[in-house]
Amino acid sequence: MKVNIFSRRSSWALPYALFLAFFVALPLVLIVIFAFTNGAGEFSLENFKKFVVQPEAVNTFIYSIGIALVTTFLCILLGYPAAYILSNKNLNRSQTTVMLFILPMWINILVRTLATVALFDFAHIPLGEGALIFGMVYNFLPFMIYPIYNTLQKMDHSLIEAAEDLGAKPSTVFWKVTVPLSMPGITSGIMMVFMPTISTFAIAELLTMNNIKLFGTTIQENINNGMWNYGAALSLIMLVIIGITSLFSDSDAQSQNEGGII
Amino acid sequence: MVTNSDTIIKIEHLSKAFGDKVVLDDINLDIRRGEFITLLGPSGCGKTTLLRMIAGFLKPDSGVILMEGNDISDVPPHRRPLNTVFQRYALFPHLNVYDNIAFGLKLNKVPAAEIESRVRKALKMVSMTDYEDRDVNSLSGGQQQRVAIARAIVNRPKVLLLDEPLAALDLKMRKDMQMELKQMHSELGITFIYVTHDQEEALTLSDTVVVMSDGQIQQIGSPIDIYNEPVNSFVADFIGESNILNGTMVRDREVEFIGHSFECVDEGFGNNAPVDVVVRPEDIYIIANAENAKFTGTVKSCIFKGVHYEMFVETDKGYELILQDYNAFDVDSTVGMFIKPSDIHVMHKERTCNTFEGKMLADNKVEILGAEFECENCAIAEGENIYANINFDRVELLDNKEDGIVMGEVVFILYKGNHYHLTVLTDDGEKIYVDTNDIWDKGDIVGISIAPSDLHITKRV
Amino acid sequence: MKKFFAQSYLWLLLALLYAPIIIIAVFSFTEAKVLGNWTGFSTKLYTSLFSGGVRHSLLDAIENTFTIALVAAAASTILGSIAAIGIHNMRGRKRQAITFLNNIPMLNPDIITGISLFLLFVSLGVTQGYTTVVLAHIAFCTPYVVLSVMPRLQQMNPNIYEAALDLGATPFQALRKVIIPEIRPGMISGFILAFTLSIDDFAVTIFTIGNQGLETLSTYIYADARKGGLTPELRPLSTIIFVTVLLLLIVINVRARRAARKQENI
Repeated sequence: MKVNIFSRRSSWALPYALFLAFFVALPLVLIVIFAFTNGAGEFSLENFKKFVVQPEAVNTFIYSIGIALVTTFLCILLGYPAAYILSNKNLNRSQTTVMLFILPMWINILVRTLATVALFDFAHIPLGEGALIFGMVYNFLPFMIYPIYNTLQKMDHSLIEAAEDLGAKPSTVFWKVTVPLSMPGITSGIMMVFMPTISTFAIAELLTMNNIKLFGTTIQENINNGMWNYGAALSLIMLVIIGITSLFSDSDAQSQNEGGII
Repeated sequence: MVTNSDTIIKIEHLSKAFGDKVVLDDINLDIRRGEFITLLGPSGCGKTTLLRMIAGFLKPDSGVILMEGNDISDVPPHRRPLNTVFQRYALFPHLNVYDNIAFGLKLNKVPAAEIESRVRKALKMVSMTDYEDRDVNSLSGGQQQRVAIARAIVNRPKVLLLDEPLAALDLKMRKDMQMELKQMHSELGITFIYVTHDQEEALTLSDTVVVMSDGQIQQIGSPIDIYNEPVNSFVADFIGESNILNGTMVRDREVEFIGHSFECVDEGFGNNAPVDVVVRPEDIYIIANAENAKFTGTVKSCIFKGVHYEMFVETDKGYELILQDYNAFDVDSTVGMFIKPSDIHVMHKERTCNTFEGKMLADNKVEILGAEFECENCAIAEGENIYANINFDRVELLDNKEDGIVMGEVVFILYKGNHYHLTVLTDDGEKIYVDTNDIWDKGDIVGISIAPSDLHITKRV
Repeated sequence: MKKFFAQSYLWLLLALLYAPIIIIAVFSFTEAKVLGNWTGFSTKLYTSLFSGGVRHSLLDAIENTFTIALVAAAASTILGSIAAIGIHNMRGRKRQAITFLNNIPMLNPDIITGISLFLLFVSLGVTQGYTTVVLAHIAFCTPYVVLSVMPRLQQMNPNIYEAALDLGATPFQALRKVIIPEIRPGMISGFILAFTLSIDDFAVTIFTIGNQGLETLSTYIYADARKGGLTPELRPLSTIIFVTVLLLLIVINVRARRAARKQENI
């Protein structure tokens, strides 16, 4: 019975729909087209062949995934307790602390990375793999804490009371109730950490004085050097990896992503 | 109260469908100047759609709306000389009370001094003086509704449309506002078109009640007519409490129901015609002495309802009747009852069996209700168009919806004294009527099955 | 006791997170070329940052960053708000399709967005520069504006638009006098968000800025850092960026919290 009287106003979205088609959909189609063509514009799989036969590119690719996994794991390890404490009214009541954890998400990633480099400089720690992982964790930790905090915050507290009421020990409550219920936040956090770590390019360069190359850097170098088709193919490979990752996160986690900070 | 009897709004052959669903089906309605008319019906009956079309928020698929003789079907809402009070108030949250009420006047470039005096007058009318500067979000529901009414009447519309304006208020507040609305209507002298699903509210407020169901007008009349002379079992059931029973008009002025023959005042139904009989609970007289009574029964339950007692009585012939009396009768006691001829209301039966259009698929198969049904062999060739008739009590409803040949939803239930008369809406959008002794609830999804021997097939030309 | 440990953990983590920023902020008030040497309090780095004498191109980069952000945020806000009204009134498949497209720039990694737009511009043969950067920024900022405006539209009583028409407003007047005031907080939040995202962006900018010598802050910092030097002027600059972001965030959060409180009061 509810009728949409604005019906004609649905056409208001038309300019934006065209904009999206041209600046979002078409560019993605172009990545696919470039990836499957050679320099002469003919259909070819040579870009993918090139990737498979070059051990350097494959090694970088696997190394990047490894770094991303380690970073994500460390972020969960450090971030979950923080999110738990932040959301627990008995342990923390201050909204300001929450704000302080979210704040770094909004500072330019280069500035933050440079600041880390400065810190290592200051403490005379040599730049390298350790610095890379530390820098990554430092950069992306807030992106893990925030979604987990959000889920825990929204969690129905009576569920915990119900579990206690049914005779569960605090540790049982934590592992059997709290952790499973915060899974959407964790998956969302994994998305928000794993995706950028696997796709970053400048950060690794700055944190390791360009000694360690990540997959993002490889893509960027190829594009910069005019190897558009190869670069597009590598981008497509990255997109596929990210697509697979996002399959693991349900729509629940996605809507969390969209919720943002505001 | 109605000072002038000429028509202000005339609605002719108005129809509207949303997709496949017909929400208004050939509506014809005359609304007189100055009258308080109520569109009454259950949710989904099309009353709000009709109101929104009068307001101009929806365009009819066909038909016209005439206002003072001019077709306004193509006039956009902001140029129609009528105003609406919305169900959820729809006050502008960013404006205070004064600016909300002045909104329409400012748009019409009314001089500031006049705006001021008219807004104050409107506020006074709804007893909200001194609230000008209040933030509308800080007002209670009742106050918001008053502001919404003031915002509409300040523009001096020729017609005021009210879309369930009291639905969101609590009972006490609703009763008070009803009286105020009635008062306001007589003071303003403008036409009120009121939409509600509350039959008591409709009877209390209106000069004319339009009972709607399934996109059609069931009955138009004064509250008294609607209550005393319902035209069909839907209206009888929807308005107030009633006993609705199957009966037979033996001859003029004689009707048989609940196994007894009664004298009545109705004529012209023909002899031995099947009819529906309506008797209001307060119109059945009950006495302790069973011997002098027209018929007898056993009291099954007796509940005090404030002014009267409400009792369920099982009659000597096994029918259950609801009745009201100032005196209580003991449960299980035998009582006598009688009904005055003028209190028996006889209605034409809208239908006596289910009839569906369909097609022969084979010698013993027909397609009706969008599915294949088995039937007994008949001498109609394959592919021919047919009518299938099924008696109400021969339709079988099944708990497990997959077990039936088609699925349906129970949409309407009428108790007829000794059985239930159900309206079941099939997936195909057809209505199938079922008489049953089983208890179903509205909204139940059921399987529908019909035995081959119960399908009566006739040729359709 | 438990609370003490919990709080200690939080503050330890925060100290770690903020240590680099604080070090930079502290050492932005001294003249030393090498970070870590304290040669006495001085605001010379700040004055030299803004004098333009030392590094004219840095000032240009700052100016570009802000004008790009302003243009992109304004365009995104207009485009996104109109689109949100449209999407709000859409149903079914069409709505799903446009919502899906709208989500892509938010879910895609920046590098993919950057490369895809780079390929678009080179395929069209467009010379990359100011315009392409602005278009790219509009592309990834507008979804956030749509997302900020949509909840306001959803909270809005759908009848208030009809009420305005009913009281004699033309559809355009109803939009101006009723709908826009209602969604304005969402538009402002969307604008601030778009502005911040644009200023902050590096990955998309680097792929769409071309090689005509145009620089934004991000690309400038990147180019500078690649040369191996941490230009001393970057310290006051980082500090300023940090403080600006801090202030913007406080504004957004206070607004959001005030709105939430207002909602609760109703």
